[in-house]
Amino acid sequence: MATVELKDVRKTYGGTVEAVKGISLSIPDGAMCVLVGPSGCGKSTLLRMIAGLEAITSGTVSIDGKVVNTLGPAERDIAMVFQNYALYPHMKVYDNMAYGLRNRGTPKDEIDRRVRGAAATLGLTEFLERKPRELSGGQRQRVAMGRAIVRNPKAFLFDEPLSNLDAKLRGQMRVEIKNLQRSLGVTSVYVTHDQVEAMTLADTLVVMNQGVAEQIDTPMAIYARPATIFVAGFIGSPAMNLLAAEGGDNGKGLKLASGGFLKPRDIVLPESGRSVLLGVRPEHLTLVGDRKNADIELKVTAVETLGADTLAHGHSVSGDARSGELIARLPGNVGVDVDDLLPLAINAGSAHIFDAGTGRRV
Amino acid sequence: MAEQATARPSGRTSTAAFLGRREEGAMLGISRTSRYVAHAILILGVLIVAFPIYYTFVASTHSLQTILRPPLPLLPGDRFWENYSTALFGGIGRIGGVDVGTLLFNTTAVALAIAIGKIVISILSAFAIVFFRFPLRMFFFWMIFITLMLPVEVRILPTYKVMVDLGLIDTYTGLTLPLMASATATLLFRQFFLTIPGELVEAARVDGAGPWRFFKDILLPLSKTNIAALFVILFIYGWTQYLWPLLVTNRNDMNTIVIALRKMISFADADTEWHLVMVTAMLAIVPPILVVLFMQRWFVKGLVETEK
Ligand SMILES: Nc1ncnc2c1ncn2[C@@H]1O[C@H](COP(=O)(O)OP(=O)(O)OP(=O)(O)O)[C@@H](O)[C@H]1O
Ligand SMILES: [Mg+2]
Repeated sequence: MATVELKDVRKTYGGTVEAVKGISLSIPDGAMCVLVGPSGCGKSTLLRMIAGLEAITSGTVSIDGKVVNTLGPAERDIAMVFQNYALYPHMKVYDNMAYGLRNRGTPKDEIDRRVRGAAATLGLTEFLERKPRELSGGQRQRVAMGRAIVRNPKAFLFDEPLSNLDAKLRGQMRVEIKNLQRSLGVTSVYVTHDQVEAMTLADTLVVMNQGVAEQIDTPMAIYARPATIFVAGFIGSPAMNLLAAEGGDNGKGLKLASGGFLKPRDIVLPESGRSVLLGVRPEHLTLVGDRKNADIELKVTAVETLGADTLAHGHSVSGDARSGELIARLPGNVGVDVDDLLPLAINAGSAHIFDAGTGRRV
Repeated sequence: MAEQATARPSGRTSTAAFLGRREEGAMLGISRTSRYVAHAILILGVLIVAFPIYYTFVASTHSLQTILRPPLPLLPGDRFWENYSTALFGGIGRIGGVDVGTLLFNTTAVALAIAIGKIVISILSAFAIVFFRFPLRMFFFWMIFITLMLPVEVRILPTYKVMVDLGLIDTYTGLTLPLMASATATLLFRQFFLTIPGELVEAARVDGAGPWRFFKDILLPLSKTNIAALFVILFIYGWTQYLWPLLVTNRNDMNTIVIALRKMISFADADTEWHLVMVTAMLAIVPPILVVLFMQRWFVKGLVETEK
């Protein structure tokens, strides 16, 4: 149990590929930090630098207040759970879990106690004498977890540990990992590209893009106030609607590129003439009875009924002009059809304005 | 399903599982007749291969006079114990009174040393080449690779000179050392090591296994099947070496069995103790057969339960 601290960590592969471009991050003791981002954004690279599996080009990584840049993975006292589990195929489950302890010279009875304890926690007791190939994917995943927890390390590092499981099992394991991490109170770094995993697991969420941390905050804060267009589009499903617009005359409203004019409530509006993107989450659009109260109108091109919700896909219209793609998440019983024209209101305070040039929140 | 169950031989489990897969082939629409034909062809093949060996065995149980007076009977004679004990313990005149027991010992020692030496050296070089980053790594890799183009026969004279200078003529070291380096085995191990997932290596590092522990606890157990297969091939390679043992041994009691066999045969038929030659030939094929039989279990096991 320890804090993990990164200071301006960079990684350049072979002198040319900049995989991580200076990330600073401080993870308090016992917290779960999730790194999320699209494929190739440098999540694994960052995690592997914390683990000591990849050399750090510049910057420092400290664990428990001590700079560990030059230490090997074993000396950093971390445990890692890999995407493909990386269990030793020729060893029984018991030995898979015991191996790290044996290498550290832990006494035999202590090893036995810890392995059996971890197996009991993870429901693996009856599998201890089996080889990994005789286990299901979910059970293997548990063994990989077990191998990490028997060691009682300063930090857990997870690299997309659930991506090989089916959706149902993934959901189940997600909850289990969260509970386990909470009850053990071990500082953890978790890499995923699944935003549901990211939102549910994280105490601190790091949204990464092309080697840069776009935003570091709690999941709710990131959802409520995405710092950049990238974060806005990445977190939340379906993705946030982004409409091109420009500050209206004397800062009173927004002129949509399609020609409409609207006046979102409770937000700071850009100065007139500044070109921006208006972001509205699909769940923050409400169907209103009357066109006069509508901020925006949606011409429906496709409907997805999900039971609890109905997703209306289409584009915004104003007069004859059509503009950006738009998705609205409406109640399940709303009954909309293709070609309907839906008058929608933007919920107060839930519009986001981003600068069109820099992509940053205004 | 019922057919598969009855057709499955009641042998050891691994063999049964292995053959079980074949039987599934039979269920995939291969007809009964074509299976009989296939078996007939296989049995014919076995007979063709086995007959000369059987005939050698028959000859090894007759007296020299019977052998020299054709035709040779098709059934074994009554001199089995006599011929075999003379050959094994009595000493054979044409090769300076050395007995086949000594020859078998020599050859086994040489074949074992070559097989084990080759495996140890090549697995260690492959380990270095695959898992370590050191200066000139690829240079060394290509150096090893290039030796594939230089078989023993090509470098035999310089090697011989070195052996003479080192005083290694008529020694086990001289018989085995020059044959030990093996590019083929190194490449085989390298290919296998390359298939080991990087995550496994990293998991071991996180678990505190240094290079030596990783080699001993993870790489070696995973290479079992490969080692067994290579051992068989290399043992037989060592067992059947001809040119090099011929050059590097002068003393009869340092000969390998293949060389001795050759020396026992004189150009004049009457000078050759054919019954003992036959005995020696029979004895010469026993150890390789034993090795194959013994190691086969490992193969099948390795094939059936591929570790993933
Ligand atoms: N050994 C390497 N040599 C050169 N470039 C590399 C190496 N490893 C990764 N990269 C590059 O670094 C960047 C980040 O890779 P990384 O594996 O960290 O991505 P990731 O965010 O984990 O992606 P994914 O979600 O697909 O696993 C990629 O552009 C990748 O091509
Ligand atoms: Mg990755």
